[in-house]
Amino acid sequence: MILISCPWCGDRDQTEFAYGGDATVQRPAPDDADPTRWFDYVHTRDNPRGSHRELWFHAFGCRQWVEVTRDTATHAVAGAVLAGLRVGEGETP
Amino acid sequence: MRFSFLSLLRNAFSAHRDWPEQWRSPEPKPAYDVVIVGGGGHGLAAAYFLAAEFGIRNVAVVERGWIGGGNSGRNTTIVRSNYLLEDSEALYDHSLKIWENLSQTLNYNVMFSPRGILMLAHGHHDVQSFTRHLHANRLAGIDSEWLSPEEARAFCPGLNISKDIRYPIGGATLQRRGGVARHDAVVWGFARAASALGVDILQNCEVTGIRRGPDGAVTGLDTTRGAIATRKIGVSAAGHTSVVLEMAGLGRLPLESTPLQALVSEPLKPLISCVVMSNTIHAYISQSDKGDLVIGAGTDQYVSYSQTGGLQITAHTLDAICELFPHLRRVRMMRNWGGIVDNTVDRSPILGPTPVPGLFVNCGWGTGGFKATPGAGHLLAATIARGEAHPIAAPFGLDRFARGRLIDEAAAAAVAH
Ligand SMILES: Cc1cc2nc3c(=O)[nH]c(=O)nc-3n(C[C@H](O)[C@H](O)[C@H](O)COP(=O)(O)OP(=O)(O)OC[C@H]3O[C@@H](n4cnc5c(N)ncnc54)[C@H](O)[C@@H]3O)c2cc1C
Ligand SMILES: [Zn+2]
Repeated sequence: MILISCPWCGDRDQTEFAYGGDATVQRPAPDDADPTRWFDYVHTRDNPRGSHRELWFHAFGCRQWVEVTRDTATHAVAGAVLAGLRVGEGETP
Repeated sequence: MRFSFLSLLRNAFSAHRDWPEQWRSPEPKPAYDVVIVGGGGHGLAAAYFLAAEFGIRNVAVVERGWIGGGNSGRNTTIVRSNYLLEDSEALYDHSLKIWENLSQTLNYNVMFSPRGILMLAHGHHDVQSFTRHLHANRLAGIDSEWLSPEEARAFCPGLNISKDIRYPIGGATLQRRGGVARHDAVVWGFARAASALGVDILQNCEVTGIRRGPDGAVTGLDTTRGAIATRKIGVSAAGHTSVVLEMAGLGRLPLESTPLQALVSEPLKPLISCVVMSNTIHAYISQSDKGDLVIGAGTDQYVSYSQTGGLQITAHTLDAICELFPHLRRVRMMRNWGGIVDNTVDRSPILGPTPVPGLFVNCGWGTGGFKATPGAGHLLAATIARGEAHPIAAPFGLDRFARGRLIDEAAAAAVAH
């Protein structure tokens, strides 16, 4: 079981969260007609052995989406931030 | 060496101490006609069929650990072919037909035991969808029968068919040709038969790179035991497929790797004579010849390569088992473990050529590929030998996702095997 440090609630058990998948997937613009970009968005994933950015929903806590960076081989969590607000990268939701 | 009654008797007199090695452990050659990556049941079966049926004997199987140490040695060994969709029915039944004579073919007892697969329906909706399922199977020539709750309990004594449980059993389908097999024996049997035909099995040999020529076609592999030249590579690396194909520049695939867990109890007297599965409350159980109850749990949701899953997943499965078989409540569990399974969105496998010339893949079997071991090995061998997909494998190509032609067994069964 994984211990996730929620930016609002602190260290919490993984069972309080619902998994939301790979956080790096980018949704194409609604008017983007290129099928390969939609195919990538819907189906393909890096599925890495190692560092993985992923979304978790703190369902039994603050009910916020958080973006967690976790090593998929060791389950070590390197950090968690509010989803869409990655520190230092200036990404918008 | 062939196994026979006489050879068993002779070796009994020497307390079974003098059996020879069952497969060779050679040094890697500098080049092979075909290299299979992954020494699980699927990879070894592919190598065996390349040599036995397609006359390609200059073949190596490279395995980073020991053969059968991946999901082949970690699964609950359920074998069945009662899938819903036509493409899957053809695929899984192709495999089941090979299982039926596999011990004779390999001259190795894989302990295939068609003891019947009982799939429980809970509630009205399940009964309806199972009936649809049953008729689809019947039309495809795959055996399946409907049992009332009382008939199900007669087939599997001890099953709790009370109306007072949380998800009362409304009936069950039974595939009599389905059952279980001995997972290690399947791996060893294919290894032994392949080795006898000239296939080199290279253990403790991790693939670390895939080489491609200027035209993009594969030219060889880098491994921890040196470079190997080859023009044809078949990847059968289950949960590690994304990692291996990344080496050939095929980084992003329609795959995610997650843990799947199983557990066994202390050994008991014969108690459960068939395989019982419940998709709805998520539990499946059978009893091994040693007497332990073999119980399969669900997958964790997140990407993982750690071969351990959350304890809440196994606890949830045991809740379901205790509801179905209340008399098992005080049985102690001995071990639990996990394997890393490679899931596709439609819960159907990927088998065929890739965009890289000379590179073939057999993956995406996720939680349910043990039953397909002989069939998938055969189809991968045929595909490599011909250079194009075998007709049974053709619908399962890597391109089906982009074309939107999913084979959606996820919607059909949504079960872990
Ligand atoms: C707990 C559990 C229960 C299951 N229950 C069932 C069931 O009841 N019925 C069913 O049909 N299926 C079941 N499955 C699924 C089934 O086990 C798999 O689909 C099947 O065994 C896959 O076989 P394989 O040979 O492709 O994979 P594996 O046996 O995993 O073989 C792949 C091999 O590739 C090797 N490898 C990986 N990377 C490299 C590299 N870089 N270089 C060299 N080698 C590499 C690995 O070490 C491994 O040995 C279950 C799985 C699990 C985990
Ligand atoms: Zn929180």
